[in-house]
Amino acid sequence: MNESVRSVLLVGVGGQGTIMASDILSAVMISAGFDVKKSEVHGMAQRGGCVSSHVRFGRKVYSPLAGKGDVSLLVSFEKLETLRYLEYLKPDGKVIINNEEIYPPSVNLGEAAYPGDAIDFIKKHFKDVKVVDATAIALRSGDKRMANTVILGVLSSYMDIEVGLWEDVLKEHFPPKILEGNMNAFRLGRGV
Amino acid sequence: MKKLMSGNEAIARGAYEHGITFASAYPGTPSTEILEEFSGYEGVYAEWTPNEKVALEVGIGAALGGARALVVMKHVGVNVAADPLFTLSYTGTEGGLVIVSADDPSLHSSQNEQDNRHYARAAKIPMLEPADSAEAKEFIKIAFRMSEEFDTPVFLRTTTRVSHSKSIVQLEDKEIHEEKRGIRYNPSKYVMVPAMARQRRVEVEKRMERLSKFAETFPENRMEINDTKIGIITAGMPYNYAKDAFPGYSYLKLGMVHPLPRDLIREFASKVEKIYVVEELDPFIEEQVRAMGIDVVGKEALPYTGEFDPAIVKTAITGNEATVVSLPDLSLPPRPPNLCPGCPHRGLFYVLGKFKVFVTGDIGCYTLAFMKPLEGMHSTICMGASVGMAHGMDKVIAGKEKVVGVIGDSTFIHSGITPLLNMAYNRSNSLIIICDNRTTAMTGMQEHPATGFTLHGKETRALDFVKLAEALGMDNVRVVDPFDMKNTRRVIKEELSTEGPSLVISRAPCALLAVKQKTAARIPLRIDPDKCTGCKACLGLGCPPISWKRFEDLDMKIEKKTKKQEGIAVIDSSICNGCTLCQQLCSAGAIEEVVENE
Repeated sequence: MNESVRSVLLVGVGGQGTIMASDILSAVMISAGFDVKKSEVHGMAQRGGCVSSHVRFGRKVYSPLAGKGDVSLLVSFEKLETLRYLEYLKPDGKVIINNEEIYPPSVNLGEAAYPGDAIDFIKKHFKDVKVVDATAIALRSGDKRMANTVILGVLSSYMDIEVGLWEDVLKEHFPPKILEGNMNAFRLGRGV
Repeated sequence: MKKLMSGNEAIARGAYEHGITFASAYPGTPSTEILEEFSGYEGVYAEWTPNEKVALEVGIGAALGGARALVVMKHVGVNVAADPLFTLSYTGTEGGLVIVSADDPSLHSSQNEQDNRHYARAAKIPMLEPADSAEAKEFIKIAFRMSEEFDTPVFLRTTTRVSHSKSIVQLEDKEIHEEKRGIRYNPSKYVMVPAMARQRRVEVEKRMERLSKFAETFPENRMEINDTKIGIITAGMPYNYAKDAFPGYSYLKLGMVHPLPRDLIREFASKVEKIYVVEELDPFIEEQVRAMGIDVVGKEALPYTGEFDPAIVKTAITGNEATVVSLPDLSLPPRPPNLCPGCPHRGLFYVLGKFKVFVTGDIGCYTLAFMKPLEGMHSTICMGASVGMAHGMDKVIAGKEKVVGVIGDSTFIHSGITPLLNMAYNRSNSLIIICDNRTTAMTGMQEHPATGFTLHGKETRALDFVKLAEALGMDNVRVVDPFDMKNTRRVIKEELSTEGPSLVISRAPCALLAVKQKTAARIPLRIDPDKCTGCKACLGLGCPPISWKRFEDLDMKIEKKTKKQEGIAVIDSSICNGCTLCQQLCSAGAIEEVVENE
């Protein structure tokens, strides 16, 4: 693979804010001077299916998609979804997991079991795994819907980009009414 | 100014910068955002048409009137528009006409994976293929210039990954290009009766010859000569995958995939030792290059199906798998998309699934109802097929069982009206149900002729399904509210035993539309754990907030209501829409409204 290009893969369930987080990450990397390409699948994902968003940056990026074994950071908004995308990680890839379970239909119906030992499994195969109780942290900043901004804060601490660039993008992204809450959520996440 | 844009946004931007002011389309993933974006620019006119055939015919008329017309559709939409397409190639376009065909390798949101490059070849129309957003913006302009220069419609082909991935685009100012709008009479060019079409047929071949010469020096067909051991011929998004995997190889990157630059391909072949053709879907370029007597490696190494990525291309060419951590097979529960909480389709399909009838289905959100637990649909082919299929099936199994066809409101307008007329004309006994959720929901809530609004948000005459059905000659026409399951069941039962063709309109707005229109929210529901008998009736709806909890997984102590009870159903009130379907099914009366401040 082109070594100068890094890939971050953000995954979750429709409605969790996965795509918004990848939009913000992309905007930050552009303002930091990188070429950026980003890709996700639209359409059916809106109806509660899996969502995955690839963000790739470097001096010159060709492919908007990362291949298997190419991702250096997997950011997962939902535990089960982490397992689905592990094969995209480099062997030394890092993982951020939101400690949240959203049951797929077969689990809701009692026909399949939600994997109970997901975190242990991931830690067994990858060295750098961070589990974040984003919803609990978001509640501290005032609104549990800001869990995705908490995760974004955690993600920012992996990126070696000065915090001011992140804050500038957040200011552009959020309307004034919810900006302060999101800034708090971001800072709390960054401090995890 | 630089901006991160999707391919679709870039196409709309490019059309605007080129001074295009006329566009038509029918929404379809992955093409939909092009017209939505374009319609937002100042001074443009854009319209949603009932289907892609109409979109193209509208475009042909606009071009004949001297305008430059942009017509947009997804790959299967070109099938619908194919009839005018092939003869449009003969007439030429006067003003200028570009058709965007958005293909969907990997079928992210489609019923098939057809490769629309074949249309360019079959209809003898040039086709450009951008690889990213910057090219998408540039190529739409080139396409219009070519259309005018060669008096031909031009295809711009994207794939989902080009349409929906985002990359950096340099915004430019709008250019002014004069249009000579007005009426022109030229029957020998525009009246395609056999005598005149035969003459135009010859012109088409002459045009293709001129285009083939043009392709040889077209700057977007370009060679990048590096390591000459391996040369890659590619176009569109696969170019990026190959460049990512093999930055050091030599490339012939084709911006135009039809017609191919034969001399340029020969020149490239003479410069490199071994050639790979890297293209998704069919061996379209590969077979033509082979026919020129040039030996290449193509589909024997690279997959026929699905979209590529850098690792797939790398593995195919080197034979080495990507280095990944080897993981045991986890067989994870899948997470298919589902009907939303509060979706009006859920009640209808719950009811339908309980009747022992074959249900021919169609294209839309409601297609998801084929899955467990609703299982209320048994076929899906294409837009409108449900109606004709129900009738055909009815004719051959007459009297044994009644067949039901279901179709969405926008899909019915797209392709359901003519087969409904056929049902009335040829005396069907089948029942058609229009799932009328007042919008084009699947593609993101676009207006259509029955919503009463245009793409620009202007009020207009709304199609009346009841009057239409009566005019077409349907014997029985009924309207039901699918949130009232008892009545819906009664009406369907009656229509299943009535003579003659029946139409039931199942009408309630899409749950997302209701949010968009700021309709007052309903009160969410909860299940009283002390009343729930664990009968699982509510689970039969497959509603996202409702889940099953076994006693041993619960924190609280609950008394069993029956000996066999193993658990209770739970509603996640935070995502419940309050539609009451589950309440209607609960014989224990355990489902109640959430009381605030509880």
